[in-house]
Amino acid sequence: MLLLTILSFSLSFLFPGNSVINMSGQVNATAEQLSLLAAQYQQNENIFSQYLAYISRIFSGDLGLSMASQLPISSEIANLLPATVELSLVALLLAMVTGIPIGFIAAIRHRKASDNIILTIAMLGYSIPVFWLGLLAILVFSIQLGWLPSAGQISLLYEINHVTGIQFIDILLSDSQYKWQAFQNAGAHIIMPACVIALAPATLFIRLARSAMLEVLETSYIRAAKAKGLTLQQIIFRHAIRNAFVKVIRDVGLQFANLVTIAMVTEVIFSWPGIGRWLIESIFHRDYTAIQGGLLALSCFIFLVHILTDFIYAALNPLAREKKHGT
Amino acid sequence: MWQNNLAKTFFSLTILIVLEGCDSINDEGLLAQKSIIYCSEGSPESFNPQTVTSGVTIDATSNQLYNRLITFQSEDNSIAPSIAKSWHVTRDGKKLTFYLRKDVSFHSTKYFTPTRKLNADDVLFSFNRILDSNHEFHNVSGGKYPFFQSVEFSKLVEHLEKINDYTIRFTLKHADSSILANLATDFAVILSAEYAEQLTKLGIQQQIDILPIGTGPFKLKEYRAGSFIRYIAHQEYWQKNKTIEQLVFDITPSNTGRLTKLLAGECDVTAYPIAHQKIIEREDLILDAVTSFNIGYLGFNTQKPPFNNPLVRKAVALAINKKAIIDTIYFGKADIANSIIPKASWAYNEDEQAQLYSVSKAKELLALAGYSDGLTMDIWAMQEPRAYNPDALTMAKLIQADLKKINITVNIVSSFEWATFLKRLTLGEHQSVLLGWSADHPDPDNFFTPLLSCASAKAGNNRTFWCNQDFDKLIQSALQTTNVNLRKQYYAKALAIIADDVPVVPIAHSKRFQARSKQVSGKILNSFGGISFVGVRKN
Repeated sequence: MLLLTILSFSLSFLFPGNSVINMSGQVNATAEQLSLLAAQYQQNENIFSQYLAYISRIFSGDLGLSMASQLPISSEIANLLPATVELSLVALLLAMVTGIPIGFIAAIRHRKASDNIILTIAMLGYSIPVFWLGLLAILVFSIQLGWLPSAGQISLLYEINHVTGIQFIDILLSDSQYKWQAFQNAGAHIIMPACVIALAPATLFIRLARSAMLEVLETSYIRAAKAKGLTLQQIIFRHAIRNAFVKVIRDVGLQFANLVTIAMVTEVIFSWPGIGRWLIESIFHRDYTAIQGGLLALSCFIFLVHILTDFIYAALNPLAREKKHGT
Repeated sequence: MWQNNLAKTFFSLTILIVLEGCDSINDEGLLAQKSIIYCSEGSPESFNPQTVTSGVTIDATSNQLYNRLITFQSEDNSIAPSIAKSWHVTRDGKKLTFYLRKDVSFHSTKYFTPTRKLNADDVLFSFNRILDSNHEFHNVSGGKYPFFQSVEFSKLVEHLEKINDYTIRFTLKHADSSILANLATDFAVILSAEYAEQLTKLGIQQQIDILPIGTGPFKLKEYRAGSFIRYIAHQEYWQKNKTIEQLVFDITPSNTGRLTKLLAGECDVTAYPIAHQKIIEREDLILDAVTSFNIGYLGFNTQKPPFNNPLVRKAVALAINKKAIIDTIYFGKADIANSIIPKASWAYNEDEQAQLYSVSKAKELLALAGYSDGLTMDIWAMQEPRAYNPDALTMAKLIQADLKKINITVNIVSSFEWATFLKRLTLGEHQSVLLGWSADHPDPDNFFTPLLSCASAKAGNNRTFWCNQDFDKLIQSALQTTNVNLRKQYYAKALAIIADDVPVVPIAHSKRFQARSKQVSGKILNSFGGISFVGVRKN
């Protein structure tokens, strides 16, 4: 976190232009306002107290104004981040639900034809560039077949008030008489971007799950179970899956950073109103304040997910907990 | 075991949601069936058509939110009653009396609830706002009423009076038969005086053009700049034809974005579609086209040599291959212009012959004018695409190649952006220019006076600076009578003068396109003015 804020802080000096303007986003400020801002950011002090001033402003929720729209960055992020969270979580879930079982199957059928086929497909899936896949998906499913919508989070027909920002929850909270139709519509909108994002992580999960399962199947307790005369089915379902799963969970946090990067590109392709698209547009507009704030918010989000997965890992795996106490 | 239970609960929950969903569909019907999404090409700059001329804004507001006193009938462009159920013009053409309907109600929204129906006060307010520069609302949105200023409305109307609550009289300074057409345009909408009063009391007058109140078939529900406009049906609309419940403008400036949304079924109607062939091939889509009331032309600066010589102008006109231009620039989607008047206008002269394309004749004329060795000229071309000329630069290049055949060397000038371009044209710095005109209303005068009259040459709008007294007399006489046959004769003579003197070479009348889903029925596109969703249905 410290590193992140230092990086974001130093960006305002590295970007061209006045560092106060870069930090506050006050493009149209008068000279007096600027000097006031400079005082607030302690521009005349040494670099360390400047940094402290910067940090204290961030903690009070002030990320400055967007240079392009002159709206507070914090409110823009509050509006946009939930859409990205929703999309990436759905994609993550999708990647896990498909990737992990397939990986397990590949491990169980180790060195057989089906294992090879799964590995080949996983390799292919991992190599496909996401923007190409996104455009291809729009071409096939939206334009040719007309099954799924190509842009946005929900059709403009439905009026859903922004409460949490997570569309599905907002729909359930709304008092629209067309709630169910809106829900279906939002579902149809999320399928394609979520699948596109999920593909690469899913292929990684396949490989992770496969090697985890292979490892587990080699262990002595599985061999003991085999010696006891349990069927393969019993071994897999009662012993192997849970243990292999724990190993995979440990890597989910790591994969999540990767997934969010993919989500940013995908948001642009599918006009998803999330923070990734906003951040990429900010880069086009040279909106330095937005870039700093957006980066910080996104990194914090990824950071939180890391911590969360570590906790889940610890909850699932007694070994991880005990290590702390030492043996 | 608990996993099993969980799975069961989840399963039954899903079933429950699905069943519940089915119920609500039966009760309410699909919202999508009662709504239309229109993918538009840009955000409106205001919600009051009086203050703008841009097509995007007119499309989004005029026919959806408002009504005018009178309107154009879509079949033959004749004038029909709207808020005024009838009207009367005195014999000298100087007094116009309008008798208003008594059952016209304004929108009732979150920000305004009307207490009365429309009456003469509202009409008075709407026009006085434009006419009277001391009116408290005149300067609210910058005091610019570009359409009314261009037709010199305030010079024409002496005053406006309320005879009784439902009768209003315009007194004109001189007879002008185009006034009815001007009052029927998309710009001459009727606002609510009561709403204006309320805003004045609250001290937020500027809201009148941002949160609109009109009498039209739809009222504004929500607008997010750059994203969408949501209109809902005006339940007490006086024309009471059953229409859709919700109209959403999905603002999609990207051409490919609009096409994708159309093909994916995310919008029902799309403005200015690309890839026409693809749309025609699709069975569930329809491509609509209307020949717009516009003209793309090559205009000569008749004050500067060599184009002060009509022979040179004629020679150039003869040497331009219009067919090739239509095919290349408009992809065949435009009509060749024989005169400045499009075919759909009643003033179009059937006898007007297609202009010849003859290199040898052109050479003869050029020799006659004393330029047998050829000459060098400039063509100014704008950078921005316009409805009447989507690619002026390429058009200039085609003309350059055509004129090379008669030994004319063409320099293309295209380095100015639109505002500078127009300013320099007004100063007469050009020799010739590729320009055009889109009519505001179907009255033929809207082509003659702004484009080629002497007054307009003085004002700088007539970029040819051509001023022909006979021509001016003819178009003046045409305005002083309401007899259409007589006017037609005047205009035919005026057209003959243009054909003979060639201040402009008319090139094309372009078409306006729109694509829609087969489910949408009704007429949206008009040959002039904005789109209209009145009476449009979805099956």
